[in-house]
Amino acid sequence: MTSDTKPYSGEQSDGAPLPAGGPNPPRSPEPEAPGTKESAPVGESLAKDAWRRLSQNRAAMASLGLLIAIILVCIVGPWLLPWGLAEVDWNAFGTGPTLENAHFLGTDANGRDLLTRVLYGGRVSLSVALVASFVSLVIGVLYGAVSGYLGGRVDNYMMRFVDIMYSLPFMFLVILLMVVFGRNIFLIYAAIGAVEWLDMARIVRGQTLALKRREFIEAAHALGVRDTKVVTRHLIPNAIGPVIIYVTLTVPKVILLESFLSFLGLGVQEPLTSWGVLISEGVDMMQSAPWMLLVPSIFLAATLFCLNFLGDGLRDALDPRTR
Amino acid sequence: MLIYTLKRLLQAIPTLLIVITISFFLMRVAPGGPFDGERQLPPEIEANLMAAYHLDEPLPMQYLRYMGNLLQGDFGPSFKYKDFSVTELIAQGFPVSLEIGGLAILLALIVGLPLGIAAAIKRNSTVDYVVMGTALTGIAVPNFVIAPIFALVFGVLLGWLPAGGWNGGALPNLVLPVVALSIQQIAYIARMMRASMIEVLGSHFIRTARAKGLNEGEVIWRHAIRPALLPVMSYLGPAIAGIITGSVVIEQIFGIPGIGRYFVQGALNRDYTLVMGTVVFYGVLIVLMNLIVDLLYSALDPQIRYDD
Repeated sequence: MTSDTKPYSGEQSDGAPLPAGGPNPPRSPEPEAPGTKESAPVGESLAKDAWRRLSQNRAAMASLGLLIAIILVCIVGPWLLPWGLAEVDWNAFGTGPTLENAHFLGTDANGRDLLTRVLYGGRVSLSVALVASFVSLVIGVLYGAVSGYLGGRVDNYMMRFVDIMYSLPFMFLVILLMVVFGRNIFLIYAAIGAVEWLDMARIVRGQTLALKRREFIEAAHALGVRDTKVVTRHLIPNAIGPVIIYVTLTVPKVILLESFLSFLGLGVQEPLTSWGVLISEGVDMMQSAPWMLLVPSIFLAATLFCLNFLGDGLRDALDPRTR
Repeated sequence: MLIYTLKRLLQAIPTLLIVITISFFLMRVAPGGPFDGERQLPPEIEANLMAAYHLDEPLPMQYLRYMGNLLQGDFGPSFKYKDFSVTELIAQGFPVSLEIGGLAILLALIVGLPLGIAAAIKRNSTVDYVVMGTALTGIAVPNFVIAPIFALVFGVLLGWLPAGGWNGGALPNLVLPVVALSIQQIAYIARMMRASMIEVLGSHFIRTARAKGLNEGEVIWRHAIRPALLPVMSYLGPAIAGIITGSVVIEQIFGIPGIGRYFVQGALNRDYTLVMGTVVFYGVLIVLMNLIVDLLYSALDPQIRYDD
């Protein structure tokens, strides 16, 4: 005869005791040691989740490594190299890369060591990227958050303003600014930042409009939190995801814009130099001293490549649809 | 459609006004004037010069005078190129820039579209990776880096093409600038076309076409291409703006006597009228191009009709 199946016997058919939490216990991400009754789920913060996914993307990790290497070299390199930024080596005008005199990558037409100048230029280019992106980030986020939060006609007018700004040929206006007010590096930070904030404002506004109706905002209102606090402490931190994605798009654009300006001769002023300036000098000396063109070009191209790969990787890691 | 065109033109006017006003006041506010680089002039002569160019009038008067002239198509005299008016300079430079820019856009479409389609059809194959990798280079590396390198390799080292100069538009001189100018747009167009094509190839009507037994060639060329082209068409506006911006640098590098070079020289020389003239010209051009592209787009996509 088949084994009897009593309706409830307090044990499974093979004699083992019934599992503690019932036939379908709540599962937690970590495999539990047998016998444990703890089943509180282990949550993951956005940052950890994103980092885990990013670290699985080999191209992004390689780019991150190379980028950090470039940044470190630009910061530390000039301290280690014997030549100064504007120091002229009277014995070596326009020589190629050699090991003597420690001109590892050659000199330019005025006898200044090229590697040193490239590293100093890197400092300028990268600092402009950071600061200008930060400026555009701050302006864009505040503008977008305020516009989205206030809504109604104010939002309408603010976005109309953004639309009009969008259609302006910005490149030319920035060049005008440079011509008018001189080539001050702080002006460059501000001008480039002022050009790039538009997209950020749009995105943050969209996010804010979506978040505005959520319960936690309603709860904040009910608790009497002031509007400014609501915007800064509740709305903005929750809109961070797409903002980061946009920053990864902005930084290469900023570097490009700054190099473009410098290339035309409208960027930083002597004795400061940037990769754009060096490339411009290289173009002039292209026929006789090609390394003057190649070295800064390689640095600029490598940096932009890394930023693009890293940006792609970050976007994939932060994309809510694939989480 | 006509009403839409008129509406768009009307909307463009405030934009243009803002551009003109900003450039005007910026240039006038600038420290240093257009005559600073010259020898020290005795004050009477300087006063006469200022009066001749109307630079001694109050700013709002100058502004109104400038706007009035603009409406008649007069951009004013160039301060640096003393014998020429800005209108003449722009008229000289525009055909050159137009030739290079037009060829660049054509090249971008002719090369970019097939590359994107090929990458989409043979997705995740070697072709795909090569195309997308090259596209990434085109996007990541700015054209003022690529252009000199091309000039170095093809002009100096290999000697196949002249490394610069216009030579009245001779074909060998055209190749390098046009290619350098178009590379970035080829990259963007290829990427867009690929993404759009992949999306279209996954849609239901393609599945139906295949199920009905059409061969792959027909499916792609007769059915998939047209909807896939639409997003790329709507990118054409920014693409043209990008070419215009890029031409500033390319003309500088290759020594092409187009408007871009005038713009840069004017900016460096503080030639007020020339810079303002080019900025206004570019603004009008970009607005017009965007309008044309939008109209084209609506003509292609039957789902979009701009009549309200």
